[in-house]
Amino acid sequence: MNDDVQRLPVVTDQDVVRVRQLVRTVAVAVKLSLVDQTKLVTAASELARNTLVYGGGGEAEVSRVHNDRRAGIRIVFADQGPGIADLDLALTDGYTTGGGLGLGLSGARRLVDEFEIETEPGKGTTITVVKWCR
Amino acid sequence: MPLSPDEASRFAVLLESNAESLAARWSELAGAGLRGRLSGAELLRQTRDLRTAFQQALAAGAADVNDEAAAELRAQLSELSSNRARQGFSATETAISVFALKEATLQVLGDADDAATLRDYVAFSAFVDRAALFTFDSYVRVREALISDQAEQLLELSTPVVKLWEGVVAVPLVGTLDSARAQVVMERLLQTLVDTGSPYAIIDITGVPAVDTQVAQHILKTVVAARLMGADCIISGIRPQIAQTIVALGIEFGDIATKASLADALRYVLGKTGKRPVR
Ligand SMILES: Nc1ncnc2c1ncn2[C@@H]1O[C@H](COP(=O)(O)OP(=O)(O)OP(=O)(O)O)[C@@H](O)[C@H]1O
Ligand SMILES: [Mg+2]
Repeated sequence: MNDDVQRLPVVTDQDVVRVRQLVRTVAVAVKLSLVDQTKLVTAASELARNTLVYGGGGEAEVSRVHNDRRAGIRIVFADQGPGIADLDLALTDGYTTGGGLGLGLSGARRLVDEFEIETEPGKGTTITVVKWCR
Repeated sequence: MPLSPDEASRFAVLLESNAESLAARWSELAGAGLRGRLSGAELLRQTRDLRTAFQQALAAGAADVNDEAAAELRAQLSELSSNRARQGFSATETAISVFALKEATLQVLGDADDAATLRDYVAFSAFVDRAALFTFDSYVRVREALISDQAEQLLELSTPVVKLWEGVVAVPLVGTLDSARAQVVMERLLQTLVDTGSPYAIIDITGVPAVDTQVAQHILKTVVAARLMGADCIISGIRPQIAQTIVALGIEFGDIATKASLADALRYVLGKTGKRPVR
């Protein structure tokens, strides 16, 4: 079950900032701890920038989610870019094709509670993350 | 709906045959919303120019503001938006200046209440509405350009590099450290190191809400560049939530000294140089 779905385009650097701000706002609203807010915002920043830089732009969808015990936030990043051919490699710390630190994807996975990637070469990439309140 | 050629030419005739009374009434209506912030003479001059532009566009067969024949009209509307935006008028006030043409037109149509006149009026109104929307859009574009200019100026202002102590410069980072800003920060810091001959630089990130890989990479590059110039960097202001996030992300600051607060960083540097802070 979920409510309050908010969608943002991820097409410019400014959009990455907007995604971060929206995630921060929602994280505060669901009462994530300060540490978890910061972790989620940082993960969102990484994934949004990957969507922009490697995915050629796309969309972020932020929603509040609940299960029977807890509230949380789910963020879905979707692009129609080149996809990720070798997922294990892309998830290796330090692997980068863009002169970065190569920690965005693997680091984001460590910063959230649930992390799921759907990707297909030539079709695009969709990454879903969830962070639950403790 | 676009105007038919007949409607366009009837509208052009209407604008021409009532040129003066229309411009006068129009500028009066437009002026009501601007409450004296623009002189009556200035406003009358603008509405006269606009009236001429409308008339010429319609006489040339413009069915819509976006037509080729309305190029000059669009240029005038853009200029109006641009001036109003710079003078601090709101988007609504600016669009209303154009909308006012409808009411002015209604008045010159007088008491004619036949169906044909009414249909014409509706068609003219639609044309004016689109012209007003065009004005609104171009106002917004001008505003955005103004704002991004100001953001650029703020960027310069918001990255001060200060000499904290003899031999110690500090740069407090506040807000989002995007690539443009990071570049400015790095250049400023390196220049200040040269100017002051300081062997130490403190980069304080207390005001940075989140340190992601991009921010970290900018900081690391700055530290490396400072080292090449013989200066040592200390990163300060690492709050607990940022520290935990950095660790989970896997970022390593290597042998770069990091401190919780700017005061700690300064104490650390003074300890190394053997100077003691005067109390
Ligand atoms: N949405 C995406 N579409 C296609 N390729 C991607 C996408 N996201 C990541 N990748 C690939 O995975 C690699 C690793 O991503 P990761 O975010 O870990 O590192 P990076 O972006 O290169 O550097 P950093 O994020 O540390 O600044 C990228 O270099 C890129 O090749
Ligand atoms: Mg990345």
